[in-house]
Amino acid sequence: MTAIAEDIGSLQRQADRRRFLEPWLYLSPALILIFTVLIVPLVIGISYSFRKFSAFRSEYVGLGQYRAMLSDTVLHGALVNTLWWTVASLALQFFFGLGLALLLNRPFIGQRIVQGLVFLPWAVPIFLTGLTWSWLFNPVIGPLPHVFHAIGLQAEPVTILADPATAMWGPIIANVWFGIPFFAITLLAARKSIPSELYEAAAIDGASPWQQFTKVTLPFLAPTIAITVMLRTVWIATFADLIYVMTAGGPAGSTNTIATYIYVSAFKSLDKGYASAIAVLLLVLLIAYALIVIQMRRALLRDA
Amino acid sequence: MPGQSRFQRIAGTIGVYGAIACYVVFALLPIYWTIKISVTPQDLLYSEGIRLWPSRMTLANYASVLEATDFPRYFLNSIIVSVATAVIVTAVASFAGYALSRFRFRGKALVSLVLLLTQTFPLVMVIPPIYRIMGQLGLTDNLYGLIIIYTAFNIAFATFLMQSFLDGVPKDLEEAAMIDGCTRFEALRRVILPLTLPGMGATVAFVFTAAWSELLFGLMLINSESQKTFSVGLLTFVGKFAVDWGQMMAASVLALIPVCLFFLFLQRYLVTGLTAGAVKG
Repeated sequence: MTAIAEDIGSLQRQADRRRFLEPWLYLSPALILIFTVLIVPLVIGISYSFRKFSAFRSEYVGLGQYRAMLSDTVLHGALVNTLWWTVASLALQFFFGLGLALLLNRPFIGQRIVQGLVFLPWAVPIFLTGLTWSWLFNPVIGPLPHVFHAIGLQAEPVTILADPATAMWGPIIANVWFGIPFFAITLLAARKSIPSELYEAAAIDGASPWQQFTKVTLPFLAPTIAITVMLRTVWIATFADLIYVMTAGGPAGSTNTIATYIYVSAFKSLDKGYASAIAVLLLVLLIAYALIVIQMRRALLRDA
Repeated sequence: MPGQSRFQRIAGTIGVYGAIACYVVFALLPIYWTIKISVTPQDLLYSEGIRLWPSRMTLANYASVLEATDFPRYFLNSIIVSVATAVIVTAVASFAGYALSRFRFRGKALVSLVLLLTQTFPLVMVIPPIYRIMGQLGLTDNLYGLIIIYTAFNIAFATFLMQSFLDGVPKDLEEAAMIDGCTRFEALRRVILPLTLPGMGATVAFVFTAAWSELLFGLMLINSESQKTFSVGLLTFVGKFAVDWGQMMAASVLALIPVCLFFLFLQRYLVTGLTAGAVKG
């Protein structure tokens, strides 16, 4: 009897251990990859920020790199540019994306084809997005300077990318073009999962379309909006490719964001230490931001 | 709707179609312009000014790109890297998404948080350490190195995507299969996988496009001509022959073809798949 009980006990423990291990077994390939290719380099990168690198050697400088950041006026300009670039790109992507999602949610003639076409920019490689838009802004082969000139926005048909006052609009427009489908796809999916009875009930209660939008649609979309806005903010803020391809941070540093600045100082000036210190600053800002949004989203989900 | 005059209804319809037309024009303008320049003969490029379509067409730019440059090689490299990345990521993320969707376990919230926070890592910060590690492993200037990096960078988002698709598959189905004597893995393979195929398709499309687009790691890690991906090749081409617009645009159009085809085919799964699970967490 006791032998059987022991057997059952050990089987039970074995089953418990299996149940405990099973999710980790499924997670392990993902976690191992993320740990070795992202976390380990990240820690090494943070350790770089306490060192100074020259051509063949490096030395420990403590917080020296961080102190240097305080008096770096280029960095301060880049911080302002990053904020402007991120907020403008994000706001335009979001509003146009939301508008597109709501348009696509109602059936109309040719809806499926239109959906395929308007989502297409998302498939265009980012470096090509940058190249094609800088071609469109080019007065020799592109139409846009001539259009701007014709409607009186520009005195001469020249590229807006060469003027420090307007250059940032180039990458922002390209980024909006590329990012609208992301918001449209996720918001359309979220909008489609709102039960239609809610709208019927609202209509019976005499709610206007605008009231339906603010009282039914928006609250339901809020959790999705929070997570997509967060992912996009982070992504846009750390995103160097588009600006690098279109203006390389110029003219006169007017499109230099933190991400492009890191890229330039990491690989052009050889000082990986300073580049890493700036990256740590960016990382801390972004993680703080992400944690705030996650908390806000939890509050939203609780209230819903 | 009652209370709305006929005039308002018509104006509303015109407004909707007008807005849709604006979106379509905005979305297609850059692509259209690239195609247009790619078929414009060199001599007409400057003489005709800006017009919607050239008076004569040529495919000479395509011929010279395919015959006289290394683009076919770049193209092949990009296909290898993107397909391998998409397949590996989707497989790994399906398992990880399954774990997050079907199990309750200690540390689950932490795993989700870590996955989310990996999205905040500035790429530029990990490039120097990764370059050093890959150098020690002999994986620089090598397509395997790119595949490993792209895989790691895409796993987090793909896992969330797969998790939300799997959340849309009712649990009763696999429970029924397990009562019928399937092991959990068999239930996963026979019941769950077929039902999440659209979701997996969407994930493959998403990762494929991301890998096809990547530029900075490619620029950093690849030096030799034979290992260049399309993005790296095109950018160096732009640097070297900045005046040959026609060839550049022809090469760009060639780079667009696979992603656009892939995307047009799979984009509807993206919306239906996401709707089924509604992005939640």
